[in-house]
Amino acid sequence: MPPILSLDHVSKTYQSAGHRLTVLDAVSLTVEEGSTLAVVGPSGSGKTTLLGLCAGLDNATEGRIELNGVRLDTLDEDARARVRNLYIGFIFQNFQLLPTLTALENVMVPMELRGERQVWNRALELLDKVGLSERVHHYPSQLSGGEQQRVSLARAFSNKPRILFADEPTGNLDTETSARIEALLFSLNQEAGTTLIVVTHNVELAARTGRIIRLKGGRILSDERTTPDCQQPIPPRT
Amino acid sequence: MNSDSPSHPRPGAPVAWLFKMAWRESRRNRSRLFLFVSSIILGIAALVSIYSLGENLQREVDLQAAELIGADIAINSNRDLSPDMQRLVDSLGDRQSSQRSFPSMAYFPAGGHVRLVQVRALEGEFPYYGRLQTEPAEAGASFRNHQAALVDKSLLERFQAHVGDTLRLGALGFRIEGALIAAPGQTGLTAAVAPLVYFPMRYLAATGLDQKGSRIGQSRFIKFDQTADIPELVKGLEPRFEKELLDVDTVESQKEQTARSFGDLTRFLSLVGFIALLLGCIGVASAVHILIRERIATIAVLRCLGATALQAFLIQLIQIATVGLLGSAIGAGLGTALQQGMPLLLKDFLPVQVQSRISWPSIGQGMLTGLLVSILFALAPLVSIRNISPLHTLRVDRSDLAQKDKLRWLVYLLIAAFILGFSALQLKAWNKAVFFTLGVGAAFLLLSGTAIGLMRAVRRFFPNAWPYVWRQGLANLYRPNNQTAVIILSVGLGTALICTIIFIRGILLERVSLSASGNQPNMVLFDIRSTQREPLLALARSHGLPATGTVPIVTVRLEAVNDIDAEALAQDSTLDMQRWIFTREYRVTFRDTLTPTEQVAKGSWSGRWEGGKAPIYVSVEKKLADRNHIRIGDTLTFNVQGMRLQTLVGSLRKVEWNRVQTNFFVVFPVGVLEKAPQFHVFVTRVPDAPRSAAFQQAVVRDFPNISVIDLGLVLSVVDTLLEKISMVIRFMAMFCLCTGIVVLIASVMISRYQRMRESVLLRTLGAHRRQVLAINGLEYLFLGGLAAFAGVLISMAGSWTLAHFVFETTFRPDLLAAAEAFTAVCALTVGIGLANSRFVVNRPPLEILRED
Repeated sequence: MPPILSLDHVSKTYQSAGHRLTVLDAVSLTVEEGSTLAVVGPSGSGKTTLLGLCAGLDNATEGRIELNGVRLDTLDEDARARVRNLYIGFIFQNFQLLPTLTALENVMVPMELRGERQVWNRALELLDKVGLSERVHHYPSQLSGGEQQRVSLARAFSNKPRILFADEPTGNLDTETSARIEALLFSLNQEAGTTLIVVTHNVELAARTGRIIRLKGGRILSDERTTPDCQQPIPPRT
Repeated sequence: MNSDSPSHPRPGAPVAWLFKMAWRESRRNRSRLFLFVSSIILGIAALVSIYSLGENLQREVDLQAAELIGADIAINSNRDLSPDMQRLVDSLGDRQSSQRSFPSMAYFPAGGHVRLVQVRALEGEFPYYGRLQTEPAEAGASFRNHQAALVDKSLLERFQAHVGDTLRLGALGFRIEGALIAAPGQTGLTAAVAPLVYFPMRYLAATGLDQKGSRIGQSRFIKFDQTADIPELVKGLEPRFEKELLDVDTVESQKEQTARSFGDLTRFLSLVGFIALLLGCIGVASAVHILIRERIATIAVLRCLGATALQAFLIQLIQIATVGLLGSAIGAGLGTALQQGMPLLLKDFLPVQVQSRISWPSIGQGMLTGLLVSILFALAPLVSIRNISPLHTLRVDRSDLAQKDKLRWLVYLLIAAFILGFSALQLKAWNKAVFFTLGVGAAFLLLSGTAIGLMRAVRRFFPNAWPYVWRQGLANLYRPNNQTAVIILSVGLGTALICTIIFIRGILLERVSLSASGNQPNMVLFDIRSTQREPLLALARSHGLPATGTVPIVTVRLEAVNDIDAEALAQDSTLDMQRWIFTREYRVTFRDTLTPTEQVAKGSWSGRWEGGKAPIYVSVEKKLADRNHIRIGDTLTFNVQGMRLQTLVGSLRKVEWNRVQTNFFVVFPVGVLEKAPQFHVFVTRVPDAPRSAAFQQAVVRDFPNISVIDLGLVLSVVDTLLEKISMVIRFMAMFCLCTGIVVLIASVMISRYQRMRESVLLRTLGAHRRQVLAINGLEYLFLGGLAAFAGVLISMAGSWTLAHFVFETTFRPDLLAAAEAFTAVCALTVGIGLANSRFVVNRPPLEILRED
């Protein structure tokens, strides 16, 4: 499969109170289209920073990032916003639904931003898929945590993304709900054939992906394939 | 790359979607959004009511201009017309009326009251347009047929005199035919200063008042049957009228003059309204700042999903603009309703009856202003939306976005430019607009500086040993999301305006009172004929009053300064002299010594003319000389009742005008004017009101032509005037104060959302209701106290500046009034703060947490 995402010697440093803090240090990796991948590591290892850079939410200090053939490091913020809208779906630990919009409207927003019309039916269809057809006109504050994350899933798939980024998607949910959300996430992903990148502490969730990248101190510690046809660890390209 | 490529932009979300998103986003915040713009409602109401008044007034002036002068042409002069001019004036128009007017004493024998009034002896059918409004209505016509007078209604009421009673003017008694309610061109204000008395001119000679020494104004009112050519006619005659220094009013000139005067009034009032609007805008800016902070997460999600910075910005801007427009519309409605009461409020200043009508241009202007300012002031916090990174969805960044944005300086510049432009539009003068903008800026900076200073001081000198409740209340002043700056600004500015009005009123009244304190004279008698000098002094002595002598007065006219006369001045626009120095009459005196209220500033005093061919050295008041570039050694040519007299400027004098004393622009030496026709002024001191009344009655009885002004009358006139003026200013200042209160309520309610979580947390941790209330109460007490204190201080500084530089007097602030204002503002702030806190303490913590 051709790569959907590639990072070449990507670094991110912050300047704070006269000190230089390197959060990511010359990370290189390639992600094939349609694959699933988990990024794991201790707190402060650079997981979220890596996700932010891959998804075009932030600029790298050094290195080259290419997503679906588009060089993210050469785009300004508004152009990156278009990239996100066209190719990327997001799932967040704290759901990040727009509090003043109903479940249905939250799902419609990415499509509306693309200028699509007749988005109502597709949004209803997605909410039906995540089992919320009875709750479409409810506001986030009227939904439970699990329901909110299901809305978030429906929204993430609404713009038919090429790649889906999930930041601790079950981090705020109980075990039972987490299991249901995981199942839903992987089933929707399989159905859409979307590339999935999950940042998580959850070992079980990581194990469900085809590849696990371990980060520590801003560097890739290991990169292993977990699927039977690809058991051998891939050495990091640093 | 396909057509979906980010470098090949597709249409994207249509504009309609931005409105849809704005509508969706506002759903759960509409009441809060409305709270933000409620601050501008009163400001817009003030502007719309004043604009509407201005427009209605302009329409009425256009309609009633003829009734303002009562004729097609009014020719006014304070001396007899030349035979040529007399013939010319006689030939004008189809009907004519004459009037002579002068100040004189009116005596009401029934109650024994005397009062200086403005007498008008009338001949003819004047007014030709409008009427003399009287009670009974027919008195306006019937008084002309017999020995009767019309007397100002308020004067009759004050002295409890009635129609049918007798009024004595000079040597003649008149039956009071009616109470005068309105006459052409008269306002309530002019009636308060000089109440009017009309009587038929054929009785003037019998009163003996036509021989008065003081100026008798003559007017000729002319009516044309065909009015079309009047402007042309007057234009053609203008050079001749000007040569004789006649003041000619036509309907058109009166229209322009009245429109100009009231244009100034409405412009001044609209500036006060604009200050209220600016104050409200501070509330808008502060509220939007907090709103944007709260919406960072929402905006970050939108950016994450692909919204551009511009789209995110526009979604917020549409909401602010919509509620801004709604607030402006409500303000315009309120202003239109208030406008119905404005003519009533300003009735003493208005020369015409104003019918209030809805003014659509004023409503449009007010709404546009409201929309513009709400957007402009919201822009400062709104531009920071550009800095909200989608990364906020992954990490919480607490840094202040607005502080990072350089574009906010451009917004501040735009705001300053708007204030400057708006005030220039109102004041029609850039230099005044710059002063106004700088003044507003200085007040805002001073109050903001006070707020920032307070927050820093509290943080630096924090009283760690104080009880917890006090510490918590005090710490709220500088903790994140505090409302310290906006509350101090809004409440402080409102307090400053109200206190300044109180202080200035005090300064003006005290200035008049002080002028006769100690043993200073407090009564002036004028129009004394030379033959009446000795008997009058004897009368004064018999009443136990100090009577050392009288001051001679000669009426002269200045014809030329060096070789510049009125004609040369009119033709040469480069000459920096005031035109009136040649048109006015000067009352001059002659003496060999200076009085205690004078001091020679330049040159040398020369009190006696040597006679023969020796030059006559006169002394000129310094300010008059400075304004007209008159220097020592210049030649002044006077016309002393027909005789030309050439003099030289020997000295310039500084004169203390604010005393009940005879002071003069020009003083002649002894030996020049003794034989000129003259009258005298007598200045004395009466110890109390009863003796003043008794003496005045005796003077009017024995010397009916002599007029009396006592300080009591001056004080009461000044008091009446100030009361009328300050009522209007107070009314306008109320807009500012009420806006301050609305901003205060809005700020407190906004901070409620900020403080709610911690108050609930405190209650969850076991704090009593009373403790939570005490913490909030103390916070608002500190805020209210400091805001009021800063406001009082600013008003004191402003009033001192006015007292020192404008009124040239000592400033003694009315501390009791200041203390009352301070207490009221503190109580109001604490009251509003506590009323708001009750919402939190009276409900179970869980209920609020769930809502949140």
